[in-house]
Amino acid sequence: MFTLGGGYVMIPLIEKEVVSKRKWINNDEFTEMLTLAQSAPGAIAINTAVFVGYKIHGTKGMLATVLGTVIPSFTIILLVAIFFTAIENNETIERIFCGIRPAVVALIAVPVVNMLKNKGFKINVIIITVMSAIAVWLLGISPVIVIVIAGICSIIYNTFISKQC
Amino acid sequence: MLSLLIQLFITFFKIGLFGFGGGYAMLSMIQYEVVDNHQWLSIKEFTDIIAISQSTPGPIAINSATYIGYTATGGNILGSAVATFAVCLPSIIIMLIVCRFFLNFRKNKYVSAALKGMTPAAIGLIAAAALMLMNNNNFTDYKSVMICVISFILAYFFKVGIIKIIILAGVFGYFLF
Repeated sequence: MFTLGGGYVMIPLIEKEVVSKRKWINNDEFTEMLTLAQSAPGAIAINTAVFVGYKIHGTKGMLATVLGTVIPSFTIILLVAIFFTAIENNETIERIFCGIRPAVVALIAVPVVNMLKNKGFKINVIIITVMSAIAVWLLGISPVIVIVIAGICSIIYNTFISKQC
Repeated sequence: MLSLLIQLFITFFKIGLFGFGGGYAMLSMIQYEVVDNHQWLSIKEFTDIIAISQSTPGPIAINSATYIGYTATGGNILGSAVATFAVCLPSIIIMLIVCRFFLNFRKNKYVSAALKGMTPAAIGLIAAAALMLMNNNNFTDYKSVMICVISFILAYFFKVGIIKIIILAGVFGYFLF
């Protein structure tokens, strides 16, 4: 409910609530859960909710935590959508968003640089990143296909070519 | 209407299923499907939704599904519900299977090998999302470029929060355009 800016921002909040305050799961389980939630497809917050809910109270617990995560976002965005579609063509709003749109581009570029930095700017990581960016941006290939091909190539490479895996 | 709801469901299920790397990596998928493929939104509207998602609580994937479901159906709440449910469903199915049977699935040789390549590819998808938004619709003149560069510097070097940057950019936009 009080998380702005997407999944990664939510992690410390989830930790405080679920591990420190309510002691639903312990610290090791939380770390393991995070890697799982980040590796599996989908929104990280939802993945985490499924894991915590299932761990505490099976399928029913899972339903409760997922609904608990989705309902606040859903309600807020729905209200914003209803309000915003009504005022979208307002001249003042249009001018404000003319300023916001370029900022959005910058705000998406920042995590790219941060994530590459976390990977230590390794050359093979950068090559895959650049190749998939070009595939989607310039060649118009579906991102789904890019992700699937990256996974398959990586399995082939790590299983048959590189022995250090 | 029903066929539109089914299309919304399939599209967002696909986005949820292949959305490795969290919300930002899913943006390019949402854009590919919703703007290019189905043309439910213009690129401008899509950028506005990202801005709104970034400045409201909750995961970006859920926010965009709710918003797009509403606008694509011409203002029907059912569209929001279907799209939001569809984008969560793959997470629920996959995480339940993993929790039940493969708690150490990440240690599996093939899974970890696949993830090694998929993580950098997901970063590339985020980069693609940013690049695809750098077009004539969103960048009208040098003032837009200026706002973009300043926002990047504020966010990256000075760690200024997303909300503050969006508000600042909005104020600049109001006076400059």
